[in-house]
Amino acid sequence: MTAALSRAERLQPALHAFLGLRGERALREAGESDARRARGEVRGPLDGMPVAIKDNLVQVGEPTSCASRILEGFVSPYDSAVVERLQCAGAVIVGRTNLDEFAMGSSTENSAFGPSRNPWDLERTPGGSSGGSAAAVAAGIVPLAFGSDTGGSIRQPAAYTGIAGLKPTYGRVSRWGLVAFASSLDQIGPLTRTAADCALALAAIAGHDPRDSTSIPAPVPDYAAALTGDVSGLVLGLPREYFEAKGADPAVLESVHAAVSELEKAGAKLREVSLPHTKYGIAVYYLIAPAEASSNLARYDGVRYGHRAAHPRDLADLYHRTRSAGFGPEVKRRILLGTYVLSAGYYDAYYRKAQQVRTLLRRDFEEAFRGCDAILTPTSPEVAFRIGEKMADPLSMYLSDIYTVTANLAGIPGLSVPCGFVRGLPVGLQILGPPLEEASVLRVADAWQRRSDFHLRRPPEPA
Amino acid sequence: MSATAAPTKPVHPKYEVVIGLEVHVHLKTESKLFSPAPVHYGDPPNHDVHPICLALPGVLPVLNARAVEFAVRAGIATHCKVNPRSVFARKNYFYPDLPKGYQISQFEDPICTGGWLEIELEGGAKRIGITRIHMEEDAGKSIHNEATSHGEGTHVDLNRAGVPLLEIVSEPDLRSAAEAAAYLRTLRAVLRCIEVSDADMEKGQFRCDANVSLRLHGAKELGTRNEIKNLNSFRFVEQAIETEIVRQARILDEGGVIQQATRLYDPGANRTRVMRIKENSDDYRYFPDPDLVPLVIDEAEIERIRLELPELPDRKRLRFEAEYGLSAYDARQLTVDGNLADFFEGAARAHGTPKSVANWILRDVMQQLKEQEMEIAATRLTPAALASLLRLVDDGKITTKSARELVPELMEKGGDPATLAAARGLEAVSDGGALETAVADVLAANPDAAARFRAGEERILNFLMGHVMKKTGGKASPGAVREILARKLRE
Repeated sequence: MTAALSRAERLQPALHAFLGLRGERALREAGESDARRARGEVRGPLDGMPVAIKDNLVQVGEPTSCASRILEGFVSPYDSAVVERLQCAGAVIVGRTNLDEFAMGSSTENSAFGPSRNPWDLERTPGGSSGGSAAAVAAGIVPLAFGSDTGGSIRQPAAYTGIAGLKPTYGRVSRWGLVAFASSLDQIGPLTRTAADCALALAAIAGHDPRDSTSIPAPVPDYAAALTGDVSGLVLGLPREYFEAKGADPAVLESVHAAVSELEKAGAKLREVSLPHTKYGIAVYYLIAPAEASSNLARYDGVRYGHRAAHPRDLADLYHRTRSAGFGPEVKRRILLGTYVLSAGYYDAYYRKAQQVRTLLRRDFEEAFRGCDAILTPTSPEVAFRIGEKMADPLSMYLSDIYTVTANLAGIPGLSVPCGFVRGLPVGLQILGPPLEEASVLRVADAWQRRSDFHLRRPPEPA
Repeated sequence: MSATAAPTKPVHPKYEVVIGLEVHVHLKTESKLFSPAPVHYGDPPNHDVHPICLALPGVLPVLNARAVEFAVRAGIATHCKVNPRSVFARKNYFYPDLPKGYQISQFEDPICTGGWLEIELEGGAKRIGITRIHMEEDAGKSIHNEATSHGEGTHVDLNRAGVPLLEIVSEPDLRSAAEAAAYLRTLRAVLRCIEVSDADMEKGQFRCDANVSLRLHGAKELGTRNEIKNLNSFRFVEQAIETEIVRQARILDEGGVIQQATRLYDPGANRTRVMRIKENSDDYRYFPDPDLVPLVIDEAEIERIRLELPELPDRKRLRFEAEYGLSAYDARQLTVDGNLADFFEGAARAHGTPKSVANWILRDVMQQLKEQEMEIAATRLTPAALASLLRLVDDGKITTKSARELVPELMEKGGDPATLAAARGLEAVSDGGALETAVADVLAANPDAAARFRAGEERILNFLMGHVMKKTGGKASPGAVREILARKLRE
């Protein structure tokens, strides 16, 4: 624990992975874990393990900022479901990781407190929005961190930093205590080095929670037991539309193809599948997510907690100045967009239409999974980009989610594992599965990691 | 069931009045609609709150199953279709007493649609359509410009935030303020009967907005409506509608145009004034709440709730007619308040002559309730006490007149009628001596009348009785007086 904390502190100037460390509280909890161990009362594989959580998961007594100035001074009086479950498992939360403000972004550059950096190249982004969590695991500060994934926010940073990141099925993990970005898309998941560790972490946090009405009341299978290393007989689907997409880095596609071939050699059968509505994914996502966000973020009004404008003239002035100063530009952009698409006269053309296409996207996957057990794609069309490179062009930033948003829209599980390096930067292989089939996804990822060593490579130690 | 249009005379000679009511009803659940915070009236401000009511970051709503059951009960009791699938939607607007910045309500797919209630008017029964019933959460309370321990300015109390509400929307079927009031009374009786709400207007548990418009008699198109808010008593509902009718009629008579607006009723000035002009409707950006799944209720569940419903006012009315031989009008008057109906049945059972009990309740008790603006449950009169009061009359122990005098006191203070009559000296004079003397005196003073009786003019007996009663200060038992008079006249 001391090692994790001191490493976190030492790498903080270089990586800016954390927004807050729990220092003494973490040490005390680690001591309690040691005492349990000494009494032979170990709670499981996570007991005593230092873990980091994204700063949009609330924990009693801890400030939660979501990397936004609008939550200035907010300290949560209650625990998120994930924090409760981690504590039951004995894990020790060492700190809260950086993110794009309210998880809106793909690089952590939208954090009000400055971006995190990629351990493989400090000039580059670790991805986002769970970039702090990804950087912390990739740099070896913690073996396990948690993030949230609304359009790729766990998988893309995992890909950019050469680690594993799992977005479970929508409803598999309780959202109670996850600060909402887009409620119908948000899902919490682990970032680790290996698929095997993802399996352990998921087992700790998955399961029904009556406090989340969208939580699925299905039993949690033994994920670790699914990791047989055997993929023989499994049918892996390759969606034509993902590999033919324009703008993808050919070297990235090559790495993914190489991994696919390796799995074929291991006995998996490959099958080309079609997800014909893929091209609408980004458009649908950027209608639904901002619409929900515009409503979810209405509560930050300066009335009850967080930032509040000083000496407002009247109520409108309080709202206007509080929210103008409290939110960053990307959050404002999405609130505006979302407000617009929900407005009378536009609702049918945008929001309702987007929901209809979302149903088509979901059906694409249902159809495809009739003929295969898992689907393999690149996680991102490219490797980690430079900090600042896309900030002036939100659209090109949005396109970095092109392979990941569909899993959120369809509610299916998706996992990214490292499958190569391009110009010294990690490449991610995305494995998608049918709803609640995390076990299949983890099995394929684990089988791949047993046959590859990309997850064993370490970034250079920052100076 | 009859659905005849009321043959009431139009309230305005020139214009037909068209009224539709939106009623908000607090459901008496133990906890809030989407949060485990308790629902209590009168607690200190911001006492009954939970992270969900405060809209802290990361909280999620969970639907209160009891509230759903109550909504289904209300739907069944108002003859609505209970929809197997309904959807909660967010109504987005900013206000300090709305912590989330949106209210969870139902919009496109409400839980109940297409029902009706029958109201009793002087000319007969009339069926009023119910467009829809939907579930929603209440907002908190903003307290403006009231000095508190936190200083002056606006303060927010979130105890009420999230309290479950039903919004019950009527068709524009009401044609007068009196009809509106009758509809509200009937609706309240139903809601109380099925025990989903105390529907106390003073506590804000039963709130009403009235949409009022006028059109020329015979016109097909509806006139431009104004919505009147802040109607927190039955009397205010009637008064506000009456003044609004006058206001709109004057504008139309002068050739003016009614502007669509939301108005507030000021009971002090007995007038409505504009709260806001509706140039175009507010944009609440409704969309289905992604934190909640569609509400699915299966047929078996609806059936179970239907079977467990208590006897509804309509059914009770029919039973009262059949079982107690009451007229339809009397039966409806007695069943419009479940407590009153229970009171009647208790007193009828204790006394034995339901018709007589009904007359006493509808005449003396109701008059008192109306004057005091009270409900039977709030009085101290018990069914047993009313029964024994009537028995005192039956037995000639007190006169009808005396009994009627005792009713207000029994309602206010309670007590035993016989004891009270004795204390007030109202016991009928039936002891032989005093009455014999009084009768003898009256006959002596009116020899002419006595002669006419003996000549066969029996009606004159009443005249003589009146004099005896007068002489005894109204306390004489009429039976005894009659007996003695008859005997003495034949002597």
